[in-house]
Amino acid sequence: MSAPFLWIFLPLTLAGLLMLLRNQKVIALIACIFTLFLTLAAWLLPIDTAITIGNVSFKLSSSFEILGRHLVLGSADRSLLALIYGSAIVWFAVAPAVKTARRLTSLGLAITALLVAALAVEPFLYAALLIEMAVLLSIPLLSAPGQRPGKGLIRFLIFQTLAMPFILFSGWLLAGIEANPSDLGLVQQAAILIGLGFSFLLAVFPFYSWIPLLTEESSPYTVGFILWMFPTVTIFFGLGFLDHYTWLRDAPTLGSVLTTVGILMVVSGGLLAAFQQHLGRIMGYAVIMETGFSILTLSLGGTVGLNIFFMLFVPRTLSLVVWALALTILKEHSPTLILGDIKGLVRIWPFATSGLVLANLALAGMPLLAGFPPHQAIWEGLASKSLPTVIWVLTGNLGLFFSAVRVMLVFAAAPEGAHWESRETVAQRILLAIGFLALLLLGLFPQWVLPLWTKLPAIFTHLGQ
Amino acid sequence: MITILNWFALLIALVTSVGLLLHRDWRWGIGLLAIQYLSIFWLVQTHWPVSMAAAKLVTGWMACAVLGIAHLNTDPAEETEASWPQGRLFRLFTAGIIMAATFALSLRASGWLGLGLPIAWGSLLLVGMGLLQLGISAQPFRVILGLLTVLAGFEILYAAVESSTLVAALLSAVNLGLALTGAYFLNMPQEEKP
Repeated sequence: MSAPFLWIFLPLTLAGLLMLLRNQKVIALIACIFTLFLTLAAWLLPIDTAITIGNVSFKLSSSFEILGRHLVLGSADRSLLALIYGSAIVWFAVAPAVKTARRLTSLGLAITALLVAALAVEPFLYAALLIEMAVLLSIPLLSAPGQRPGKGLIRFLIFQTLAMPFILFSGWLLAGIEANPSDLGLVQQAAILIGLGFSFLLAVFPFYSWIPLLTEESSPYTVGFILWMFPTVTIFFGLGFLDHYTWLRDAPTLGSVLTTVGILMVVSGGLLAAFQQHLGRIMGYAVIMETGFSILTLSLGGTVGLNIFFMLFVPRTLSLVVWALALTILKEHSPTLILGDIKGLVRIWPFATSGLVLANLALAGMPLLAGFPPHQAIWEGLASKSLPTVIWVLTGNLGLFFSAVRVMLVFAAAPEGAHWESRETVAQRILLAIGFLALLLLGLFPQWVLPLWTKLPAIFTHLGQ
Repeated sequence: MITILNWFALLIALVTSVGLLLHRDWRWGIGLLAIQYLSIFWLVQTHWPVSMAAAKLVTGWMACAVLGIAHLNTDPAEETEASWPQGRLFRLFTAGIIMAATFALSLRASGWLGLGLPIAWGSLLLVGMGLLQLGISAQPFRVILGLLTVLAGFEILYAAVESSTLVAALLSAVNLGLALTGAYFLNMPQEEKP
């Protein structure tokens, strides 16, 4: 058996089978057990090394040939696979609590497998095609049942589809540069095409208008999953570019371009979040900020930047899960999520409202919460390079913090004499309580998740050195 | 002879892409898209073996069939968009601008990529017209037509530089996926009009 078969084709097959089932809990249980198996396999099974259990000996080969090209998952990729599938378990396990398990687990598993294939395909530029296929699969997931596709969904489809030609064509130019590295004209053209391709894929400023629209019109939980999965894999794909092409990695303007783009996203995301009236849109802008922070970590360069980039992974996943879960619970029962219409909700939905505010504060980099350690590392790294840069970044953080305070005040503005109650289900309360605890514990003991990302830089031959 | 046929394919691409912009009836839209794939087939086969280029034609026609069947099950009332200019004159004018701009670009691109002018122009023209379609319409069906047109234009250009079977297969899957997405959009319940 080959590693791509285990981590790509098997999940794709199971995703197809899960679509045939109807019971949400059964679907979620099967998906969680299977994803847990994939995570443990990634953690424990060596690739390209013979394993002997009793009389049985087998080897998991790293390569799988398909139509003359290869899908390759080597030993270095194991920690990444464990992290991707491990995070997917969290999303799938929570899904039944908000009744989205049927669509999310089957389509989500297929999307995860396709995005893993995107990271495994060689030549790696073909990843753009696999990402596009994952985008197409995510359309049924994002569209609200019984409603016409909204503007956000249409823009998501357009922008993500437009990214593919740019990335593919830049690949052809990059091959030309490898043959003739002194051709500055070609380098410039390739850089523009790569830049445009990734701007569309990562929803970089100003191509991110679809994110707040989508978080407003679709189920927050499914949007949360998509907004966690796609930027994560796209940045890994982008890191692959940097790792593969020396001229790109060593370009003197790369650092300043990444810093500018990152700041634009953090500042615009933070400031726009501060003035939003819709809870869903605030989450959208927080995601934009997070992508900005990821780009900023890459601008720091070297292994330091790479390590901080990986540090962001767990707190972001956790915060997004809690935020999306809380928002979905509120959306199911509130006519709108506009601030004016949700006054005093803390008395009726104490767990959901607290979870939402806590996740918001965590992503804003609030001390003692999970988001603080990586954000502090980013501020420190940026401050050592340029003080104005870190002031801009803090402005963005302050914007998101301000939005959390605003939301908290609205939630607390209950009419006099309103009684306290908790309308969340037992499962929702337990999941949200686990979320609070995890957000707090990771803020206090960030070293606990250290083993999860210490091996990740090894995926990249040059960047990780 | 082949050069003349290339120019003829370009003419078909031009007529069909402008027609896609002007006609509001979905039947015309799908018919024109199906004819457009004939020109794409011809322009792609100048660089690819006929068997592989034919895959593009078949995929394109399958996409048209998917969209057509999906449209048969939907509300026949044509929706109008209030926010964008509706006039044919406006659309013709913008199409003219795209034609001129892509012609200027294709003069450089044909030299740079070593392609014939009709192939480079045909490709850029379809990309431009597709982008125009995306820019002036927010209707899901029109958006899908626009995306398919953009991809068709890109595929002509990309065929000149890449001949991998895997890429051809994945691009076909993406085209079919887009058509299925369009069908999914069309079959979502229509919002009640006020």
